[in-house]
Amino acid sequence: MTAYIVRRLWQMIPTMLGVVVLVFVLFNWVGGDPAYVLAGKISNQEQIDNIRRQLGVDQPYYVQLGIFLKQIVTADFGASWSTNERVSHILLTRLGPSLTVLVPLTILSTLISIGLALAVAYVRGSLTDRLVMIVCTVGLSISILVYIIVFQYVFAYKLGWFPVQGWGDGFAQNLFVYASLPILIGLVVSIAPDLRLYRTFVLDEINQDYVRTARAKGLSENRIMWIHVLRNASIPIITNLMAGLPGLLLGSFLIERFFSIPGIGREVILAVERSDFPVIKAITVYVAFATILTNLLADLTYKAVDPRVQLK
Amino acid sequence: MATHAAALNERRAPTAREVPHAVSPGLWTLAWRRLRADRVGMVSLVIVAAFIVMMILSASGLIAADWNREVGINYAPPSFLAGDVPAGAPAAPGASTPLATESAQPASQYKSNIVDPIGDVIAKLKGGKSEKGESQPGAAAPASSSAPAAAESSDESVDPLAAVMADIRAGKGVGAEAKPVERKATLPFGGDKWGRDVLKKTIKGSETSIFVGLAAAALATFLGTVFGALAGYFGKWVDDAFNWFYSVFSSIPYLLLILAVAAVLQQKGIMTIVLILGLTGWAGTFRLMRAEYLKHKAREYVQAADAIGASSTRRMFIHIFPNVSHVVLVQMSIYTVGFIKAEVILSFLGFGVPVDVVSWGSMLNEAQNELILGKWWQLVAAGTAMAVLVTAFSLFTDALRDALDPKLKGRVGA
Repeated sequence: MTAYIVRRLWQMIPTMLGVVVLVFVLFNWVGGDPAYVLAGKISNQEQIDNIRRQLGVDQPYYVQLGIFLKQIVTADFGASWSTNERVSHILLTRLGPSLTVLVPLTILSTLISIGLALAVAYVRGSLTDRLVMIVCTVGLSISILVYIIVFQYVFAYKLGWFPVQGWGDGFAQNLFVYASLPILIGLVVSIAPDLRLYRTFVLDEINQDYVRTARAKGLSENRIMWIHVLRNASIPIITNLMAGLPGLLLGSFLIERFFSIPGIGREVILAVERSDFPVIKAITVYVAFATILTNLLADLTYKAVDPRVQLK
Repeated sequence: MATHAAALNERRAPTAREVPHAVSPGLWTLAWRRLRADRVGMVSLVIVAAFIVMMILSASGLIAADWNREVGINYAPPSFLAGDVPAGAPAAPGASTPLATESAQPASQYKSNIVDPIGDVIAKLKGGKSEKGESQPGAAAPASSSAPAAAESSDESVDPLAAVMADIRAGKGVGAEAKPVERKATLPFGGDKWGRDVLKKTIKGSETSIFVGLAAAALATFLGTVFGALAGYFGKWVDDAFNWFYSVFSSIPYLLLILAVAAVLQQKGIMTIVLILGLTGWAGTFRLMRAEYLKHKAREYVQAADAIGASSTRRMFIHIFPNVSHVVLVQMSIYTVGFIKAEVILSFLGFGVPVDVVSWGSMLNEAQNELILGKWWQLVAAGTAMAVLVTAFSLFTDALRDALDPKLKGRVGA
């Protein structure tokens, strides 16, 4: 087990380096000279040369790459180009609001999706099943933008059940006042695809021999569904969940933007709007690293859930 | 060996004579038959085809070419609502008061060109408040004509150049009157802020969205197929290299990658957004195609191709490719749905198409602010058009996959 983890960690290094190089190429080469972006339209050559020296882009590419690597390792990306706030400070302070919305959202949506998937798969082929699937397919096709715009207008603006947007200081206030409508929208958007997916996972299991055996020995339907089927269906479900975990770091761009939640996702959009390269670079690299680590975590979780899985 | 083959031929010959024209149906014929039998698939195919025809007609300028013309009054309500509009409707600025509308028009044009988003929001808040106070149920038309007026009057109190502006208006008003444009009080599906026909905008917007979806899907599948073919066919270090590239690409969350590329590519345009989506989206196809090529390269027909001296390129793309092309087609269909959605989001955020191009995303962006004023039709038009297309396209994709690759049935893609 330890050997496996060590080997996997070792194998991550090329991938991480690849991410670093990709981001580097994107921002230092494809994007042209960063100095021009930073200097803006009104600038003279002297200013640009100054900025180039400050950023280190007057150096050869390998030196620049070295600077970038050092920034990543020390988590010191300098200051944001537009607000002059430390990038590390931006990342740390924006993480909380993102998680406040996304952790409850993920937990709720997973529980609801699994519960509904079991229920719908249990009555597979019935009118209920087909209706739920139709609603899911149609619901999936409506742009998330439409959900956000309409929900914000109806529930916050017209009915006044929630604040239209904003963010407070207290955790409880944020969670129960400001985050509730975003979480509700997130649920509507995320349950439809998850339910469709989880239903097929449950359907794969529900016709297996062990289910028949469990019935034959007189187990209650509840026990069969919740203990036997769920345990087996949970393996692909966990894959799906794990794949979504890095998204937690990122927040949901659109929801955060609409509700002015000062999270990572909104920060990304702001940074793209302002061509604030250090912020985008830092977020991209760290989220990618987190994704790579989550993949390992996912594999380890399989092992825990399904003893048949051999890690090699 | 030769005699054996001859014997085989002889044995086969009679059966061949019995059914002279029995050509066994190929993959595509079978798939088409299965698709024909799938009623949901056929209906969605018809809808998708209708959208594509609409797109082509619009692109060739046959319909909705004049979407940019301001044919109605500002925020003209949809025609089917006209029955609900009370007595105020005839008084709405139409043919009867061309001067009033014309003089109001430059003002709103001027505002829209110069006022920054914050000013926009403020104006909207004002408009929203005034409407909140006035609009009783059913009084849509009076509110729509009063809202711009309110914004205009507040404009004059804030704008230091209001006096100059008034002069300009007074001076130019006569000239503008010379060619009075008749603006309709209602439009088939309502009008936007400048009185442009929402229906035509939606049609024109489909052009952008569908074109971007299809073109980016083609690019992404092309890249994924070529990379997957190289990796799966050559194996060894080529495979390692592409796998490394794949793991690098797939470890950056998709939307983040798109936004990062959008940040770097400064110029906006339809081709830029096709490039962004296409260059970032190939990973899924790559993995599928790599597996397919791994499977196929050991097959006998590929060995036979080797024996007759076919080059690697020929084997990969002439011999193997037709056998895996159904996977490519399904992938492309899945991508198109995803990219249409992505384009709408990118354009909404302002990272997509330029401002002079209409897209469902930019329509939703305008609609977001209009909704507060109670003008819901643009939101409904763009939202519905997109939902119908995406639903039809996803159902069609499901049907296509079931028809082409029955093994995959039940799996959920994208």
